[in-house]
Amino acid sequence: MSLLSVEGFALTFLQYASGLRRRRLEVISGLDLDVDAGELVAVVGASGSGKSLLAHALLGLLPSNAIETGRITYDGSPLDAARRRALRGREIALIPQSVTYLDPLATVGTQARRSAELAGTADPAAAARVAFRRLDLADDIAGRYPHELSGGMARRVLTATATIGTPRLVVADEPTPGLHPAMVTETLQGLRRMAEAGAAVVLITHDLLAALTVADRVAVFYAGSTVEVAPTASFAGDGAALHHPYTRALWHALPAHGFLPLAGAQPPPTDLPPGCLFTDRCPLVIPDCRRARPATRQVGPSLVRCIRAEARDA
Amino acid sequence: MLEARDLWFRYRRGARWVLAGLDLRVAPGEVVGLRGPSGQGKTTVARLLAGYLQPARGHVLIDGAPPPAATSRRPQPVQLVSQHPELAVDPRWRLAEILAEVGDPDPSLLASLSIAPGWRDRFPNELSGGELQRITVARALLSAAPYVVADEVSAMLDPITQAQIWHVLLDRVRRHRLGLLAICHDDSLLHAVADRVVDLPHLVTRPDNQLRPPAPLSGTRVTT
Repeated sequence: MSLLSVEGFALTFLQYASGLRRRRLEVISGLDLDVDAGELVAVVGASGSGKSLLAHALLGLLPSNAIETGRITYDGSPLDAARRRALRGREIALIPQSVTYLDPLATVGTQARRSAELAGTADPAAAARVAFRRLDLADDIAGRYPHELSGGMARRVLTATATIGTPRLVVADEPTPGLHPAMVTETLQGLRRMAEAGAAVVLITHDLLAALTVADRVAVFYAGSTVEVAPTASFAGDGAALHHPYTRALWHALPAHGFLPLAGAQPPPTDLPPGCLFTDRCPLVIPDCRRARPATRQVGPSLVRCIRAEARDA
Repeated sequence: MLEARDLWFRYRRGARWVLAGLDLRVAPGEVVGLRGPSGQGKTTVARLLAGYLQPARGHVLIDGAPPPAATSRRPQPVQLVSQHPELAVDPRWRLAEILAEVGDPDPSLLASLSIAPGWRDRFPNELSGGELQRITVARALLSAAPYVVADEVSAMLDPITQAQIWHVLLDRVRRHRLGLLAICHDDSLLHAVADRVVDLPHLVTRPDNQLRPPAPLSGTRVTT
């Protein structure tokens, strides 16, 4: 049993279109993901694929017009709204995407101590110091305001603050864009060390190549559904070990693996096709693909949502 | 030929020099990669070339002459596509208006960037970052400017969107002899798109914050 398990998770936003006419916007239609203690799972996909919404759902940060279906279990029991509130900041930590999550009017030390207090540590000041040292932040950094930090330092402060209570599940939402390569490596290695120390880590990113350097498995999201969860080792060579045509297209779009642009764009929630969400762009499409949303199934070591995927290496 | 000749720049008098004597050339039909660590002035180079900033010393020249004043109604000959598309568009304009500012939208160009006709009536905040970046690339190309500076244009994009945008840019380079400066810290991407790569050198400062003459820019050919 995995520490975190997400099964058939779907999310609909109820919106007022014009006047009192309501419309339902299905932004996530089928996410599946499981992460175990000591494991780092990367979640990759284009913007709008549902990556950040999943993170916000796990932390109980979705707006009130969001309607959820499906099952999320954590540590053996359902992760309902009350448990999300109780566990976030303690057992479940979010490393947010943007440094704008820091309060510009408080020193970072004050913010870290406040996090430690909320996480229920016995000695918040000591816990904050330990967290800063763990990320190589010198003691005098605590007295600085966010604008006095470089981008890389601010990101380390976010990580230190988020992980102060030694969380069991860490969700990092796009922690690397805009960082230069050395900083990207440092950030990702930090997450890897957390997994090695026993945490379950979810790394949300659009940077597939960077994710492959630290992940055990990679979950690929497309238009609000998980299309494949594959071991990192499957991302190699000509991509033959990858089973979903979208995953293979992602691999072959990398500059070092073909740089091939797949035509078209991810369908928006207002315009989802009736069958498989990838039909418009899929090179393997057959009429059956348009009839119903495919379910996920096991193909070799991977979980795949495609009726055309075959175990070629079986 | 787009040319930066002995460019010096600092943000205010007495501050450290961000650039000190930069020389750089981009020929029509050429893709030059510009590489360097964060904070070394890559984006400053982009903004100087596109006329958003004025150098303290030195010149930006196009075929040996200074570019027209930024106040002229015509699009500037060096178009900048920035890493942050949301900061490069007016949030109160619909996308159709944003594109129409530079000329008639060419449907085949929009199609090649997967810009859906349905986006026309939307505002910038109703698109994702990747979708908006396609709009700013389209705008730069619709302007028919002979030079484009692409400043980390795909750093926030998934690999497929990244490849789509670069193929459209490279197609312009080949078929219309666009000169392109690609600012990027992804070596594998530079390797795939650039004819040659230059490294922005570290500036060496003395304790009294006076600059030593910087090392000349070395043009290293990317081997394939």
